[in-house]
Amino acid sequence: MLSVRGVYKTFNAGTVNEKTALRNINLTLEEGDFVTLIGGNGSGKSTLLNCIAGVHAVDEGSIIIENVEVTRLSEYKRAELLGRVFQDPMVGTAANMGIEENLALAYRRGKKRGLKWGITHKERELYKELLKPLDLGLENRLGVKVGLLSGGQRQALTLLMATLRKPKLLLLDEHTAALDPKTAAKVLELTDKFIKESRLTTLMVTHNMRDAIRYGNRLIMMHDGSILLDIKGETKQQLTVEDLLQRFGKASGEQFANDRALLS
Amino acid sequence: MLQIILGAVMLGLLWSIMTIGVYITYRILGIADLTVEGSIAMGAAIAAQAIYCGINPYAATLLALGGGMAAGLITGLLHTRLKIPALLSGILTMIALYSVNLRILGKANLSLLRMDTVYTAFKDMGLDKIAVFVNLGISQLIPIIALGLICVLGIIGILYWFFGTETGCAVRATGDNPQMSRAQGINTNNMIILGLIISNGLVAVSGALIAQQQNFADVQMGIGSIVIGLASVIIGEVLFGKRSFFSRLISLVLGAITYRVIIAFVLEIGMPANDLKLFTAITVAIALALPVFKSYLRPIAKSVKGGM
Repeated sequence: MLSVRGVYKTFNAGTVNEKTALRNINLTLEEGDFVTLIGGNGSGKSTLLNCIAGVHAVDEGSIIIENVEVTRLSEYKRAELLGRVFQDPMVGTAANMGIEENLALAYRRGKKRGLKWGITHKERELYKELLKPLDLGLENRLGVKVGLLSGGQRQALTLLMATLRKPKLLLLDEHTAALDPKTAAKVLELTDKFIKESRLTTLMVTHNMRDAIRYGNRLIMMHDGSILLDIKGETKQQLTVEDLLQRFGKASGEQFANDRALLS
Repeated sequence: MLQIILGAVMLGLLWSIMTIGVYITYRILGIADLTVEGSIAMGAAIAAQAIYCGINPYAATLLALGGGMAAGLITGLLHTRLKIPALLSGILTMIALYSVNLRILGKANLSLLRMDTVYTAFKDMGLDKIAVFVNLGISQLIPIIALGLICVLGIIGILYWFFGTETGCAVRATGDNPQMSRAQGINTNNMIILGLIISNGLVAVSGALIAQQQNFADVQMGIGSIVIGLASVIIGEVLFGKRSFFSRLISLVLGAITYRVIIAFVLEIGMPANDLKLFTAITVAIALALPVFKSYLRPIAKSVKGGM
């Protein structure tokens, strides 16, 4: 489903600010995999996600999504294959457009946009049906500008938009990090439900070890631009935070130093 | 008095087409596009030269539309393909257009006196001979207002339709949140270019209609036009609201007319015409700073309310 081969990425190459964000990343996701990706600040987890999404061009290596070589494709062209939710709730939706208009934009992801109406009556009914299970009362506020919604509501909407057209790969970039704990838990539950219902292949970046362990069928830990741990199957099911820390220490020869990940 | 007000309404109508163009870049795309200073003069220059060469005035106005669209395309390419900041891209095209416009006109200005213009047909229909208008001394204004109204309403109708289509929604989304738009598969670069093309096309049409109304085209006529456009946009928003897209389009026209009425009024009470641009710039600066003033005033207003 996703195949990342020998990917390198260096920012500001040749300057004093040179920073190698990814070193020889090799990663294959099978169809239906729900992978949680964890790592400290600057470990390269978000860079990897952004390279897959086409925000950054890779220096070396190739990225293949469902048999499509996307390494050189621009971000908007890859969007046909991808569903994305971002860390900042403001990023995933257009604030000055209505809820239904945002959904209509997502509904046309990967389709040619012509001079037909940007939203049809039939769609409105569909959106109402889809918004109801979110249990946020949004189904009765289709015309309301998204800028008036709370962060949690916007993330839930972005999640719905990302999955409205079933993506080949769902990319979640710390999408609950900016929410309060209660809302974050709710959005995560919703995420898990969406992924299970549609059997979505997912790559979820998180800084929260508990979440990384609880969700998904496979856990990948990055450190200093490389994949350090790749835990799946039975081992992943029985994993604990202590386990993970121990494994990290053994593999990297360092202490895991990220309070945010440990305390939450 | 009626003459002055209707004169202002007439000018406002013709300039409102330009205002709508400015609105598309400034509010929908979030770009302050200075190309308009060049494309309004370009529209005037193309229309004037074409009419002077004996081309049908309606065809000449359409040629102006094409010229303005080309100007928008250049700015769009500079900005999206060559990654030059939007403001600078607009300035580059604007400066380049000054030379281009001189080439088109062949000299600094071109008179259209005694030439047929788009308004001639309306005069021939006898709109300027209706007794009531003649008695009120506004008979010369009526044909221009009539044509201006038709153009403005037509443009509003087309834009209302276009920004409701899939492509139009994609343009709006691009201006609102480019990152999200790309994630939804929208080619944001092309949408920015498209917005600039539409905007500058409208601005050039406005220039063409203004040139035919004043019976000459001048290579200098674009100077300060972006500020006039912004002033009209802001006046429209402040006075006539910004609820739905349709009401926003109407408020742009009313804003452009209001601006002209204000200008006519300050000239009437004796402000020297040379100070007009200073006056306009100050008006726009104050209008743009309104949110800042409001945030200063809010605590005061609160304490006043609390005291009562």
